[in-house]
Amino acid sequence: MQMLKDYEMVIGLEVHVELKTRTKIFCSCPTDFGAPPNTQVCPVCLGLPGTLPVLNGKVVEYAVKAGLATNCTIARFSKQDRKNYFYPDLPKAYQISQYDLPLCEHGWLDIETADGTKRIGITRIHIEEDAGKLMHDDEKGTMIDCNRCGVPLIEIVSEPDIRSAEEAKAYLQKLRAIILYTGVSDCKMNEGSLRCDVNLSVRKKGTETFGTRTEMKNLNSFQFIVKAIEYEYKRQVEAIEAGEKIVQETRRFDANTGKTYSMRTKENANDYRYFPDPDLPPIKLTEEKIASLQAEIPRLPDARKQEYMERYGLSAYDGEVLTTNMAMADYFEAAAAQTRYPKLVANMLLSEVMRLAGGEEDVCRIQPSRMAALADLSGDGIINSATVKKLIKELWETDFDVADKVEREGLAQVSDEMILLEWVQEAIRQNPKSVADYKKGKKAAAKAIVGKVMAVSGGRANPTVVDRLVELELNQ
Amino acid sequence: MKELTSRSVYEHARALKKKEYSAVELTQAYLEEISRREAEIHAYISTNAEYALEQAKAADKRIAAGEGTALTGIPAGIKDNMCTKGIATTCASKMLADYVPPYDAHVIQRLQEAGYVLLGKLNMDEFAMGSTTENSAMGVTRNPRDPSRVPGGSSGGSAAAVAAGEAAYTLGSDTGGSIRQPAAFCGVVGMKPTYGRVSRYGLVAFASSLDQIGPLTRDVRDNALVLSAIAGHDRRDATCVDRPAEDYLASLDGGVAGMRIGLPEEFFGDGISADVKEAVLAAADTLAGMGAQLVQVKMPSLDYALSAYYVISSAEASSNLARFDGVRYGYRAADFADMEQLYQKSRSEGFGAEVKRRIMLGTFALSSGYYDAYYKKALQVRSLVRADFDSAFAKCDCILSPVAPTVAYKIGEKTSDPLEMYLGDAYSVPVNIAGVPALSMPCGSGEGGMPVGMQLIGPAFSEAMLYRAGYAFEMERKGE
Repeated sequence: MQMLKDYEMVIGLEVHVELKTRTKIFCSCPTDFGAPPNTQVCPVCLGLPGTLPVLNGKVVEYAVKAGLATNCTIARFSKQDRKNYFYPDLPKAYQISQYDLPLCEHGWLDIETADGTKRIGITRIHIEEDAGKLMHDDEKGTMIDCNRCGVPLIEIVSEPDIRSAEEAKAYLQKLRAIILYTGVSDCKMNEGSLRCDVNLSVRKKGTETFGTRTEMKNLNSFQFIVKAIEYEYKRQVEAIEAGEKIVQETRRFDANTGKTYSMRTKENANDYRYFPDPDLPPIKLTEEKIASLQAEIPRLPDARKQEYMERYGLSAYDGEVLTTNMAMADYFEAAAAQTRYPKLVANMLLSEVMRLAGGEEDVCRIQPSRMAALADLSGDGIINSATVKKLIKELWETDFDVADKVEREGLAQVSDEMILLEWVQEAIRQNPKSVADYKKGKKAAAKAIVGKVMAVSGGRANPTVVDRLVELELNQ
Repeated sequence: MKELTSRSVYEHARALKKKEYSAVELTQAYLEEISRREAEIHAYISTNAEYALEQAKAADKRIAAGEGTALTGIPAGIKDNMCTKGIATTCASKMLADYVPPYDAHVIQRLQEAGYVLLGKLNMDEFAMGSTTENSAMGVTRNPRDPSRVPGGSSGGSAAAVAAGEAAYTLGSDTGGSIRQPAAFCGVVGMKPTYGRVSRYGLVAFASSLDQIGPLTRDVRDNALVLSAIAGHDRRDATCVDRPAEDYLASLDGGVAGMRIGLPEEFFGDGISADVKEAVLAAADTLAGMGAQLVQVKMPSLDYALSAYYVISSAEASSNLARFDGVRYGYRAADFADMEQLYQKSRSEGFGAEVKRRIMLGTFALSSGYYDAYYKKALQVRSLVRADFDSAFAKCDCILSPVAPTVAYKIGEKTSDPLEMYLGDAYSVPVNIAGVPALSMPCGSGEGGMPVGMQLIGPAFSEAMLYRAGYAFEMERKGE
């Protein structure tokens, strides 16, 4: 696939995020996910004749927060427009959205890539209403569930700054982290509260002009997004190389085949006839209002990451991982404040704890003070890493005083060379095969001896000292 | 009981309070008048005697308990584009022939709170598009003053019912003259309030930025009384202005002495028939004789208002009426092969010719490539018209003009030429474009003895002043 190297992909993402408001954008129906069909509806969200929309003020506040958190300029004056099209899941036959005066514009966010930090532009963020859901049934035919009609959304449109599937994923993860920090959405991809459309084109490396793009709609997992991008990139390059023209169209990604398919819609013929919604007055925001919303936004991932790097000497990567989940970052900060070895806390969180954690809401079941105590004992050389692991596992299940337990159960690591040397010599005597292997040049065989010593010590032997002693003894 | 149904709301309220007759007796009188005249007039699309009498009984109890309001027990008719819970609301369209709303419009709730009696739902041009009520899928309404003539439109049923004594008062809606012009044609009083004065919640939208509900009544005092009951803030309509309700009756007296009344030459130019011009100018002289000061004003942008109106109203209508697609409620074509055809057939068969004409016009005006030339340009004209009114109101307190260029014409006379029909709206649409209030009331008679209507146009929220001027004029005419 030499030719793939001659091309680069150009990606822009449109992300739809459902806002976590209690009620819908234009009526007071609840927004809860998973209710029986058509139980969270009223004449307004059903678009019955004579009904009128009244904008939920929280929607504007949440969208502005998302905009401020992604470095956008907030419009002091914006309006809502009607996007007209017929579809059975759209009761009014128009979607109330924003066309030429969105709430937020000209933002950006930074992602970590293999080549360092990269800035991705955000063109705009606007508010709009969600449509309903069509449900297909072999016997009953197609049915409409209008519970989702009028659930508030923000659409976040990126600049075409993304050049790989990895960057796309990093952008989405960062965007999701920031939105979760602001608390305006729960960003659950499996419940559709975060959906992504990918616009992708390819061009020969070094060229400035964009190729013809295709759009892949409603991708609902990071994995699918990566696969869809990789497939579509290859497809476009191959088509161009074969002398074909790329058609501007909407394509559907099939998760089963891993391929994208043309939806053959008359997409280009669609004229949405946007015009300002006469039922809704313009949205005006004062400086005071914007400032008060700014004040409600917590410290965001990048600020925290920067602090961890400077204060605790964490790497950019570790900082990124720790701050992706605000609960994790909060936990880290709570534990780090109580220990002399914050970096060790970070290491424990990034290895053992992450393995045990059950997901985003189950970050760490251990009290931060216990984690701090573990870091202190480990940093002072009193317990070794094997004991740290063991204690983390135990603390996950039941809470106890760490220093007490180490004392009571004699878990302190053994660094006394006289004792360790005895254990090393015994292990060498009992494992002639490993010794023979080592002598034949298989240096890894030393690891087996070290393992035996650790086992004999009940995991308490100081691994650094044991390594040195085994090396010495084997080379005698 | 002929005499009872020709009394005013105000007189009914006093009589009911004094127990001269009961709400049930009054309701029966109107129901009798309806059954006597409907075959000829056809003001109503539907009536419900049982429901009306039920409400009347409740009203009598309320009055007996001393808890009546000025409208308790007084029978009314409502234009069939305002939603009434459990009662069909058809918009005079095949599309909604069987549509029964699950909720009440704001104005209906207000009238219910006041203890009104609903006689029935009134005929109109389909979806309020038209000037004669001939565009109704439910049949033509005739003008009670001369049944060979149109009652005007689109609130033709609302005006005819009041003129024929088939309701004590009615509600209509006015997007480009739909209350004022039929009021003028039938010789009754109609008010188009300031945009935002009355909630539109529950009014089936034609053109959202222009629609406004208002009363049609026998006289000015009744009109003030009914508007007082329905005006006021409603949180369910974001365009409804948050401003305290007013008691328009309180300021009726006071006359026109010292009031500056503007006469824009643009309202009296080409196209106006001699009888209408003469009657309105005579009214101006009457007002001057009563102490008002007549002022000449110029409103040059009015020439463009009509075109702007047809672009804006049709554009909004094309979007507002898109929801009638045959999917969830309303008319659905019997046979269709796929979704596309379901839409096409249901809409082609469900809408009448005038509605389809406006939907196509509006769709075109909003289409990519034409938006700037039509819709955007129309919005610019709208700003100019508003500015014209602002500068006129710097020189005068209110403006006097004809409502329509002619008196009511014969049924069928203009149906073949939509454009000529549209030209009849030239004096009424600028008021909607500017969002200001205007009172339409009889000021004389013209060709065939038909009533001529004049309108008093004021700045936003000057309804009280318009009623005061109109009431003084009405008193003066009665005294003649």
